[in-house]
Amino acid sequence: MTVVFSLHDVTLGYDRHPAVHHLTGSFATGSLTAVVGPNGSGKSTLLKGLIGHLPPLEGRLERNGLRHSDIAYLPQQAEIDRSFPISVIDTVLLGHWRTIGMFRSVTRAQWRKAEGALRAVGLDGFGRRPIASLSAGQFQRVLFARMLLQNCPVILLDEPFTAIDAKTAADLMRVVVGWHGEGRTVVAVLHDLEQVRENFPDTLVMAREPVAWGATAEVLRAEHLFKARQMAEAWDDRAEVCRRGGG
Amino acid sequence: MDAHAALIQPFVEFGFMRRALVACLALSVGSGPVGVLLVLRRMSLVGDALSHAVLPGAAIGFMIAGLSLVVMSLGGFIAGLVVATLSGVVARVTPQREDASFAAFYLISLALGVLIVSTRGSNVDLMHVLFGTILAVDDASLLLVVSIATLTLFTLAVIGRGLIVECFDPGFLRAVGGPGAVVHFVFLTLVVMNLVAGFHALGTLMAVGLMMLPAAVARFWAGEVATLAAASSAIAFASGYAGLLLSYHADLPSGPAIILVAGGVYMVSVVAGPRGSLWARVMPRQHLEA
Repeated sequence: MTVVFSLHDVTLGYDRHPAVHHLTGSFATGSLTAVVGPNGSGKSTLLKGLIGHLPPLEGRLERNGLRHSDIAYLPQQAEIDRSFPISVIDTVLLGHWRTIGMFRSVTRAQWRKAEGALRAVGLDGFGRRPIASLSAGQFQRVLFARMLLQNCPVILLDEPFTAIDAKTAADLMRVVVGWHGEGRTVVAVLHDLEQVRENFPDTLVMAREPVAWGATAEVLRAEHLFKARQMAEAWDDRAEVCRRGGG
Repeated sequence: MDAHAALIQPFVEFGFMRRALVACLALSVGSGPVGVLLVLRRMSLVGDALSHAVLPGAAIGFMIAGLSLVVMSLGGFIAGLVVATLSGVVARVTPQREDASFAAFYLISLALGVLIVSTRGSNVDLMHVLFGTILAVDDASLLLVVSIATLTLFTLAVIGRGLIVECFDPGFLRAVGGPGAVVHFVFLTLVVMNLVAGFHALGTLMAVGLMMLPAAVARFWAGEVATLAAASSAIAFASGYAGLLLSYHADLPSGPAIILVAGGVYMVSVVAGPRGSLWARVMPRQHLEA
């Protein structure tokens, strides 16, 4: 079994306070993993660590041979200015960044691919619309179309279905399952446990510390979820220096 | 007085009016798109801060070389860049946000500038630096302003895509490994350059006027980055032309006249522009089928 990310006793955090505490394990190539846990349990932080925006405070995180451009990352919506005057098609075309970069022009084939991606997410004919005119669900479809073009072997999704309608969530879930079918590695932070049980073979339950990680049916059990809720206490300003691990 | 005498004659008759008009055109072409991008990046007031920040550099240039355009511009440019760089560095390595660090550094810079001018120069010099003299633009200044406009358009063409992505989805640019910080810094350099171009013509107090007011106006007339930029440049030039005429006929100082015309256009646009104005709110057009 090949591995995309391997974590050895990784601690990630802000200002010395751990948000992900002593996590060890690996994401296999082609795996489809849900990350669940209470608010503040370090799920988003884990994704930021995986993509490399946040260096580990301690431990080792290996991206086995992955280049930066091999990872597509969908952050929570808050980071995007949706009032910006840019059209849907221009937003989707950015998915070609790896080939067009800052300077190269878009070929006709790339343009057709972008239109195809819009069709695939159910937004046929929306190309010329400004993104400001879209609903939250439609905008999330645009971002998925962009990821379709990015064509990355590894895809990280941070709460992709939060605050969007059920129909959109179901449609986009099919896109995610499609990626899994194509052998891509997907890690998604999610809240809807039903959705996780239905679609995700693997699950990681987080509560700052890893609670359980493995096959979804094994992991999503009541005692794990109860433990996760209990463990996710807030941060303590006068916390002692952690003595676990190598340090 | 017929229309020709009122609108065209002054420029035919006087070389200084022609040069002022060409300076306005060049300033508009460069500052228009830069202003629009500042507005889109929610950095409208950063332009203001930077325009004050060039003062000590210009003043030191004046101390060294007198009323020399090249030295004053260079000084202003360096001072502006120092403030932009320090603010950017503080915002990136500490939790303080960029608007606060910009405010801190531009105030330090401004106070330093006023101190230098008031201890070492006369009041006339201070007035010159603060208010500029577009009617006294000579060939050398004209060349500088036109060069800056050219360089600005060229640079924007090169970094445009990165700049727009960095603006609307910085997380994406970071994730695909795009040069976000480089693009941001090059853009701030453009802002400072255009302010330096503006300060000789309009003075440090109002250099930012021809950059921000037309950009704010454009918002009520256009809806895409390219059309916003074009509208902004056109509005800036129209304000420059009308402001020069106003200053000529009514014997008013040219800088404030130009900016006040732009301000008037802004007020009218807020009330009656075709996109999102008060008028569009009160009198919505019939809705469409789909």
